[in-house]
Amino acid sequence: MAEEVKLLKGNEAIALAAIRYGTDGYFGYPITPQSEIMETLMDEKPWETTGMVVLQAESEVAAINMVYGGAACGKRVMTSSSSPGISLKQEGISYMAGAELPGLIVNVMRGGPGLGTIQPSQADYFQTVKGGGHGDYRLITLAPASVQEMADHVALGFDLSFKYCNPAMILADGVIGQMMEKVVLPEQRPRKSEAEIRREQPWATLGKTRDRKPNIITSLELDSSVMEKNNLRFQAKYKAIEENEVLYEEIQCEDADYLIVAFGSAARISQKVMELARKEGIKVGLFRPITLWPFPTRRLNDYKDKVKGILTVELNAGQMVEDVRLAVECKIPVEHYGRLGGIVPTPQEVLEQIKKLKN
Amino acid sequence: MQHEIIIAGFGGQGVLSMGKILTYAGLMENKEVTWFPSYGPEQRGGTANVTVILSDERISSPVLNEYDAAIILNQPSLEKFEPSVKPGGILIYDGYGITHPPTRRDIRVYEIEAMNTATNENMSKTFNMIVLGGLLKVLNPVKLDSVMAGLKKTLPERHHHLLPVNEKAILRGMEIIKEK
Amino acid sequence: MENIVDPANLVYDKPRLMNDNPMHYCPGCSHGVVHKLVAEVIDEMGLEEKTIGVAPVGCAVFAYNYIDIDWIEAAHGRAPAVATAAKRLNPDKMVFTYQGDGDLAAIGTAETIHACNRGENIVIIFINNAIYGMTGGQMAPTTLMEMATATCPYGRNASLNGYPLKISELLVPVEGTCLIARETVHTAAAVKKAKKMLRKAFENAMAGKGTSVVEFVSTCASGWKMTPDQANQWMVANMLPVYPLGILKEK
Repeated sequence: MAEEVKLLKGNEAIALAAIRYGTDGYFGYPITPQSEIMETLMDEKPWETTGMVVLQAESEVAAINMVYGGAACGKRVMTSSSSPGISLKQEGISYMAGAELPGLIVNVMRGGPGLGTIQPSQADYFQTVKGGGHGDYRLITLAPASVQEMADHVALGFDLSFKYCNPAMILADGVIGQMMEKVVLPEQRPRKSEAEIRREQPWATLGKTRDRKPNIITSLELDSSVMEKNNLRFQAKYKAIEENEVLYEEIQCEDADYLIVAFGSAARISQKVMELARKEGIKVGLFRPITLWPFPTRRLNDYKDKVKGILTVELNAGQMVEDVRLAVECKIPVEHYGRLGGIVPTPQEVLEQIKKLKN
Repeated sequence: MQHEIIIAGFGGQGVLSMGKILTYAGLMENKEVTWFPSYGPEQRGGTANVTVILSDERISSPVLNEYDAAIILNQPSLEKFEPSVKPGGILIYDGYGITHPPTRRDIRVYEIEAMNTATNENMSKTFNMIVLGGLLKVLNPVKLDSVMAGLKKTLPERHHHLLPVNEKAILRGMEIIKEK
Repeated sequence: MENIVDPANLVYDKPRLMNDNPMHYCPGCSHGVVHKLVAEVIDEMGLEEKTIGVAPVGCAVFAYNYIDIDWIEAAHGRAPAVATAAKRLNPDKMVFTYQGDGDLAAIGTAETIHACNRGENIVIIFINNAIYGMTGGQMAPTTLMEMATATCPYGRNASLNGYPLKISELLVPVEGTCLIARETVHTAAAVKKAKKMLRKAFENAMAGKGTSVVEFVSTCASGWKMTPDQANQWMVANMLPVYPLGILKEK
């Protein structure tokens, strides 16, 4: 049977998709522009249907530590916030990476630094893909560009995070969170039973049975030789993710003379730019990374011999542009265009930048 | 076919919900749709606007800098969005509180006295539906039936008795809109 | 070794859930005794397979090395938040936190108060020794007036450091708490009494009565720079007047 097409905000889609995925728990703290996620969950009352726990925590710090606690029990747990709140969660994210815990974090980005603005931004790219918290760790990062992808990335993020026992983040922004589009939600899946979790996540702290040793979830290891081994194990895992999990979309890149590289809402704007440019006879293609980490470095490298130049369009001062330059080994010009502080660039002004690149 | 529409006014005038009803109507006609609002504190008493795109094809950018139609419900919005209407496009405004009416000659300008009509005819709760009626008359991006079907779908059942009142307001808007 | 004692004559034994790992606690430290009580209560209540312990940052960070149950090691101060999720997602489990004064009453004050205010069905075990032991004897929120530490070497001074924080008293009016008690483990009688209180707290959590907080006024012989015996005497003379023993709240 064809699923019903719904009209939803990106934030609402995340909430409803989380229930459908069979998520065990959501822990959050209100912040614009993503509060609809918890509001929708509270309105849906999933504890009466799937048994999902939804709790408003006393802070973003408490919320991410609730995720840590739930994940330690092998549960599918998530939190969401926006930039300032995500900064507060960084300690917890680092602990999750260090303790090798799965979990989903949603960041509906707004402009910074500091309290900044509530308007859309992509200025947390560096924070998300280069670290954020302390230590040598990586965060699986998905960048939805539509409301449909907001819904789809819930399952994708959880699946990847459980496959690799590593936290994953959906990195959206105020445009994708607040806009409404058509969306088809996934089928309702049952939550995992305790027996299933004990079997599939044998490390989970669900009470020590007589037939096994205690399960201990910790990121602490005072013996440096063991801690180095732990880190090497993490690095091997990150390498495997980089080998196997890269996702991207290419639109009209085959014949392109120029490439726009953009993610999330900037990719949507850039697609319009591409249409406008092609009307004027400039062959522009759009390359959209869907995973920001792992970054599609290898695929982008192929374009260093195929296109004359690249423009990255970001709602920031130039962050992903560094990864694009590395990917093409600086063999072709890679320029950045972005607007700051919550301003979303218009297709027309980006088109002017393409023309500049051409000249 | 693609309609790119901006609706702008004061928060509380029903700008966002008018956009939502239009978007739902598009959904009823199996169109591709996007609805992107201004959000945050500016909703509360400040200016509010929403971009609605209805299209037969996949929609690229939900954020635009020029529009096929602008529906303007206060002076600050008029100043902001009059220059953004595409040449040959449509601007609909409610003259209530407008001190400096539109001046462009390369677009079609319509006035709808929705605020006065709503007040005089006891339709203040359906003010935005009167405006929507005006848009349906002059641009016709979606059918009236689709609007009503969308309304029925989005309104909780306990409010379905209000459907005729809303339809009446839309029809009234169709009557009172006039080209300048 | 086992054959040395005739089981018929056994009057005291190590708790079954405590393993043989050498403890890192200093001689005279209260942690070892409280660990023993926790292990005994879990075993006696038959909760071994249902218990999830949440360890703090501080001296008890390695609690998970000594009691053979499942443990989650929390970030500094966040144990009540971690325990909140563990319990809410597993309502049939026994979830407790084990926290020191810095963890519970300084960096984790918000998590402590809000877990209690939500009436999470968990037990919070609070070790108050008025000093930061793990990091080398710095001032704690519960450090006494005039008491010297590495970060208040001339004694705690109200204008600079404020006053000893009576967090258990603060939690009394918080609606979600069902039991708040203050105990010690410096004598055999005190240990026996403390164990009863701990068991009551665990029973409350399993019965869904709300949050139980059991504070242990404790010694830190190393941090206080005393012998274990001196530390016990100093605690009775100086700590107990500020942190009086007994049940502060029960409902």
